[in-house]
Amino acid sequence: MNKSELIEALAEKINVPIREAASITNTIIDTMSDALAKGESIEIRGFGSFVVKEYGSYTGRNPKTGEKIQVAPKKLPFFKVGKDLREKVDQNRKK
Amino acid sequence: MTLTKADLVQQVYKKHPSLTKAQATDSVEAFLAISKASLISGEDLLLSGFGKFNVKDKKARRGRNPQTGDELTLAARRVVTFKPSGILRAKINQG
Repeated sequence: MNKSELIEALAEKINVPIREAASITNTIIDTMSDALAKGESIEIRGFGSFVVKEYGSYTGRNPKTGEKIQVAPKKLPFFKVGKDLREKVDQNRKK
Repeated sequence: MTLTKADLVQQVYKKHPSLTKAQATDSVEAFLAISKASLISGEDLLLSGFGKFNVKDKKARRGRNPQTGDELTLAARRVVTFKPSGILRAKINQG
């Protein structure tokens, strides 16, 4: 499912025009992105949580050439699936 | 600081004056329910600009209890993984 399919499903489910559903979807996604950009974590019961992990600078290698390169420090978001969703996804494994 | 569902509701309510507080709550719940339903059905969820949630089938494998060192078999399972979009990664790393 992509974003526009989600927007359509949302419009139908809460009975609002597509444009309004698109705007609500963007608000939710932007709010989550902004929180992560500030280094905050996100915790949505039943769905999952996001934390931002910080990595220091390290010396890596270009796997193609073997050349040494300095990798700059970076931050990456990590998602941990919530218990309810994890169990439901697994239950549907062989159907 | 941790962003929760209540914060998402608050933000949707603030940004969409046409919605009542109850409707803002419903829209966030519906957004999450649709997202979960997609993953539970085994379908990936792509939120452009944020990231992609993948549903992956893992084969059974032999593992170890890291505490006792005992060997055990980990059953086949289906899991959800998240890959952040380039836009989200850039946003988290700016400044």
